[in-house]
Amino acid sequence: MGQEATHAICAGMGGVRTAGDMVLRMQLAKKMKIDEAKAYVASKLGVTVEELCDVVTMSDVRRDMGLGLCHVEPCKEENNGMAAKFRIAEVLDIKINSVERFKERAGLK
Amino acid sequence: MAEEKKYQSRMGDGSLVFMTEDEIRADMREGMADAVKRGKIDPMSEEDFERLYEIITMPGGVVGVEPGKEIVNTNDSGGYKINVKSQMPLPKEMETLIYERCLGCDSVDIGNTDYNYKTAKGVAKRDAGALKQALNVTTMPLLFGGMPDLGFYTQPDGPAGNWATLLPDGKIKEALAAQEEAVEYSIKDICYVADQAYDVGADGMNLDTCGAAGDADFLAALKACEAITSKYPDFPVEIGMAGEFVLGMHGRLKYNGKRLAGLYPHDQVKLAEQAGASIFGLVVNTNCNKSFAWNMARVITFVQACTKVANIPVHADVGMGVCGIPMVEIMPVDVMSRADKALVELGKIDGF
Repeated sequence: MGQEATHAICAGMGGVRTAGDMVLRMQLAKKMKIDEAKAYVASKLGVTVEELCDVVTMSDVRRDMGLGLCHVEPCKEENNGMAAKFRIAEVLDIKINSVERFKERAGLK
Repeated sequence: MAEEKKYQSRMGDGSLVFMTEDEIRADMREGMADAVKRGKIDPMSEEDFERLYEIITMPGGVVGVEPGKEIVNTNDSGGYKINVKSQMPLPKEMETLIYERCLGCDSVDIGNTDYNYKTAKGVAKRDAGALKQALNVTTMPLLFGGMPDLGFYTQPDGPAGNWATLLPDGKIKEALAAQEEAVEYSIKDICYVADQAYDVGADGMNLDTCGAAGDADFLAALKACEAITSKYPDFPVEIGMAGEFVLGMHGRLKYNGKRLAGLYPHDQVKLAEQAGASIFGLVVNTNCNKSFAWNMARVITFVQACTKVANIPVHADVGMGVCGIPMVEIMPVDVMSRADKALVELGKIDGF
């Protein structure tokens, strides 16, 4: 278990702490290498690449855009999981498989 | 005369070692030369060599990459490192949330605890059910993971002949045929599991530890990847390797005309691209009897050769015993963090 935490601290974007999940989505969906994927996500979120890796900036951006956080105060505005992925798919202009399957099963498409 | 300064480092088995600057540099030269000779690749530049020396001897217990150079990670944990390997009773879907919200991971995979597709097939619908629940509550990408692990298809408990016993008996033709038969079983199983994972909304498939049983094992992964991405163009596949070198257990197998036996990462990645993979998981073996300096210089030489030619993201496999990480269960973060920094800043990798 120490491996994941060490890699995340030493070299990782930190997933939903910043925008690591979204950068990885671009690698998976469009086969983008790391610099291209970061630039793409940064442009879609309206931040610089430096800000994209900054936990303080990205906490605000993610909260304001409803893109999911690693820590949220329980409240009606809390947005994580499937709800956040609906918004991520729209913001990044990609299809997210779980969102598409959810829409099918919920009769939304 | 004052004793020459020694730096604390480790051997490939994780044991502590104290080395002088000359000893570290000599090991680095030797490790790099080994990669150049085996892979028929270029050595590191002198500038990169000096930077790697700095990283290896950098003060501090833990080091990190420069701000802005952070990378992302995928995972081959199967979503059972907490509930099975650490014996903390927790459903898989809850485990994925810990990866996301406590450990800062960019993704995780869910798979069978017996992490191979032959076993996973039998309970694929049930594991897919857990994956579906996890996908409803997590924000980060979740993949389904497992190994082709061709050895599982051999007799006595598998359908194909056992080439590990046929070969020593001199039954060469039978051994080759058994491997070719196992490839077909493996592709079928991987594709069946992929169908279940796709149907519940997985973000991709992780074909992990490919080539573990040799060239036939790697061929099964490439063909399965091709089949999955042909059937589901929006369903990405990650191919992660078992070792730096594809063992020629068969020896004659080819993919798109390229013989698989003997390929190193810079050739492996080109085949992964042709198969339609979105991410290639690179492996360079850790030599337990050599120092971290020897291993890391060798690793970076191989990694640079791979990332220079890759057109898809390359994730360095940084688990136990690969890419400079010592061969121990409980990881020492001093060398682990140095491996991370070197892989990102010098190896130019796209993720872990």
